[in-house]
Amino acid sequence: MGQSFGAVSGITDVDGPTSVSTWEGNVDELRGLVSERAFTGETMLLNMGPHHPSTHGVLRVLLELDGEEIVSCLPDVGYLHTGIEKTIEAKTYEKGIPLTDRTDYLAPMSNNMVYSMAIEKLVDLDVPYKAQIMRIIGLELTRINSHLVWLGTHALDLGAMSVFLYCFREREYILEMFEIISGQRMMTSYIRPGGVWRDFPPEFLPKLQAFLDFFPRRIDDYENLLTGNPLWIERTQGVGILEPDKALAWGCTGPTLRGSGVNWDLRKAVPYSSYEEFDFDVPVGEHGDVYDRFYCRILEMRESVKILQQAIKKLPAKGPYRSENRKYVMPPRSELGQSMEAVIHHFKLWTEGFATPDKDVYVAIESPRGELGCYVHGTGGNKPRRVHLRTPSFVHISALPVMSEGHLIADLVAIIGSIDIVLGDCDR
Amino acid sequence: MTIPTALDPAAALKAAMPELTFDVDEFRGETSIIVPREQIVAVARYFRDTPGLVYNFLSDISSVDFYEQYGGYGDRPGRYAVAYHLLSMLYRRRLRLKVYLPEDDPVVDTVLPVWPGANWFEREIWDLMGIEFRGHPDRRRLMMPDDWEGHPLRRDYPLGYETVMFSFNADEIMKHKPFADE
Repeated sequence: MGQSFGAVSGITDVDGPTSVSTWEGNVDELRGLVSERAFTGETMLLNMGPHHPSTHGVLRVLLELDGEEIVSCLPDVGYLHTGIEKTIEAKTYEKGIPLTDRTDYLAPMSNNMVYSMAIEKLVDLDVPYKAQIMRIIGLELTRINSHLVWLGTHALDLGAMSVFLYCFREREYILEMFEIISGQRMMTSYIRPGGVWRDFPPEFLPKLQAFLDFFPRRIDDYENLLTGNPLWIERTQGVGILEPDKALAWGCTGPTLRGSGVNWDLRKAVPYSSYEEFDFDVPVGEHGDVYDRFYCRILEMRESVKILQQAIKKLPAKGPYRSENRKYVMPPRSELGQSMEAVIHHFKLWTEGFATPDKDVYVAIESPRGELGCYVHGTGGNKPRRVHLRTPSFVHISALPVMSEGHLIADLVAIIGSIDIVLGDCDR
Repeated sequence: MTIPTALDPAAALKAAMPELTFDVDEFRGETSIIVPREQIVAVARYFRDTPGLVYNFLSDISSVDFYEQYGGYGDRPGRYAVAYHLLSMLYRRRLRLKVYLPEDDPVVDTVLPVWPGANWFEREIWDLMGIEFRGHPDRRRLMMPDDWEGHPLRRDYPLGYETVMFSFNADEIMKHKPFADE
C-alpha cells in the first residue's frame, strides 16, 4: 500500500539539469537570441507578462537578466491576434471599416481614416472640402484622446497615480463628443470612404469649443505634476536612449522618432486631407530618452488644440460632408423616396458593394503613435485581395531591445510606457 | 550642403544595373518596380545608398497571395508577391519594390542587412503567409502559437468554415489539408 503513494499523487522524481530546462519552450530556438551564459545558468531567463500591468495589454517580454540588468530582451506578441487582416478579405470594402476600429482601439478614427484613404485612392474617389476638415477635427480629437490615455497609464506605471485620474476625466469628455458625432464612444466607424458618416449635430461645436477653452489649462496641470518633478526626471531622463540613426534604421516613427531629434511628421512632410492649410509646429526632442518622448507628446497635445481651433474657423457651414459619387458612396436617406436611381444605388451598395481595380495602393497617415500605413490590393471584384495595416506599435515593439538592453528591469517599465504601444494595434 | 536633384528611380536603376530585367508599374501616382527575387537585396541597397534616390526608410513589407480561386495570378509571374514600401525622407516620396515568388518555392533573401527594421515584418510574413526569408536569424512564429500548423493568411486556408466538398473539387481540397491523410 505504502509504495504506491507516489504514483497516486502523481509525484515523481525529476532527473537532469534544472537551470535552462525550467524554460518550457524549445530551448534550441533561443540559441543565438540570448547569450550563451543563459544556457549554463549564469544569467536568468524571466517572463515579464503577458499579464504584467505595465505591459499595456498582453505583451510578453522574455528577459535575460544578470542580476537586475537586462542582458537581452525578446518581446513576444500575438496574444491579441484576432486575424483582422484575414477577416477583411471576406467582406466588401465598406464592411471592413468597423474592423479597423478594433485594431488600435485608442485611436479608432486614425484607423478609419487610413483605410478609407486607401480605398479612395484605389477607386479614385473625391472627398469634399468640408469632409476633409471634419476628418481633421476627428483625427486631432483622437490624437488628444490617445495621448491622454498614454500619459495617464505611463505616469501610473512610474507611480504617479493622480495624473491617471485627471487624464481619464478629460478623456471622458472627448468620448462624450465622439458619442455625439458618431453614436459610439470608442468604436466610432465615423470616417467612411468618400467622407464621413453624417454631419456634425448642432450641439457638437459648442461642446468642442468649451473643451478647447479649458483643455490648455488642464495640460498645465499635468505639466505641474510631472515636467519639473524631480522624481519623474530621475526616472525618465537618460533612460532608454534611442539614437536617431538607429530609430530610422528600425523604422520608428511618430513621437518615438521625434523624441530622438528627427523632424519628421507626415502631416507636414506629405500633407493629406488639407493639413497643408493649417499652421502648427512639430515638437522635436533632443536626447531620445524617455523624458523627451514624454515631452514631445505633451507639446503635441498643445499643437492639436491649435489645429482644432483653426479647424472650427475653417469648417464651412454648408456643403456636402461626403462625396456625391453615387457609385461608391451611399445616397442620403431623403433621396430614396424620390429617385429610383437612388434606390438602385442603395441596394447595390449594401448588397454587393463596389468593385475596385486589380491593383495595389499604399497610403500612410500620422496616427498618434506614428506612421500608420494601409496596403490594399484589389481583385477587380467587390472584396479586397489583401489588406495589410502597417501599425506603429508593431514596429516600435520590435525596436524595444535596442532601447532596453543594458538597463535595469525598472527602466524597462518606463521604456515600454514611453513608446506608447497598443497591443491591439500591434497584433491586429 | 547642396541636395542632389531627385532621380527617376526606374531610369536610375536601368543605368546602374543594365543587365537587370525589371518591370515598372505606375498606378495612381505610385511607382512599383518589380525585380527578380535573386536581386532584391542588391536593388534595395542601391536605392538606399544612391545620392538622388536615398530611400533610407523602410515603411512596410507586405505580402499578397494570388490564389486562383479569387481571380488567379493572370499574367503575373508567380502566386505570391512581397511588396517593400520604401520612403525617401529627403525627397518626400515613396517607392514600392515587388518580387513575385512561385507557388512551389516561396523563398526570397532577407533584407535584414539593409534595414534592421525588416526583422519583424519578415517574421510576420513567414508566420502568416508562409514565405521563407533566406538568412533570417529568427525563425520562430510571431503571431500564431508555436505549435500552429499552416499559414493562415494564404487564400486557400479555410476562413472559419470548410469549403463544401464535391467530387469535382475533392482533390483540390484534400491537397490543402495537411491533416487529411491521417
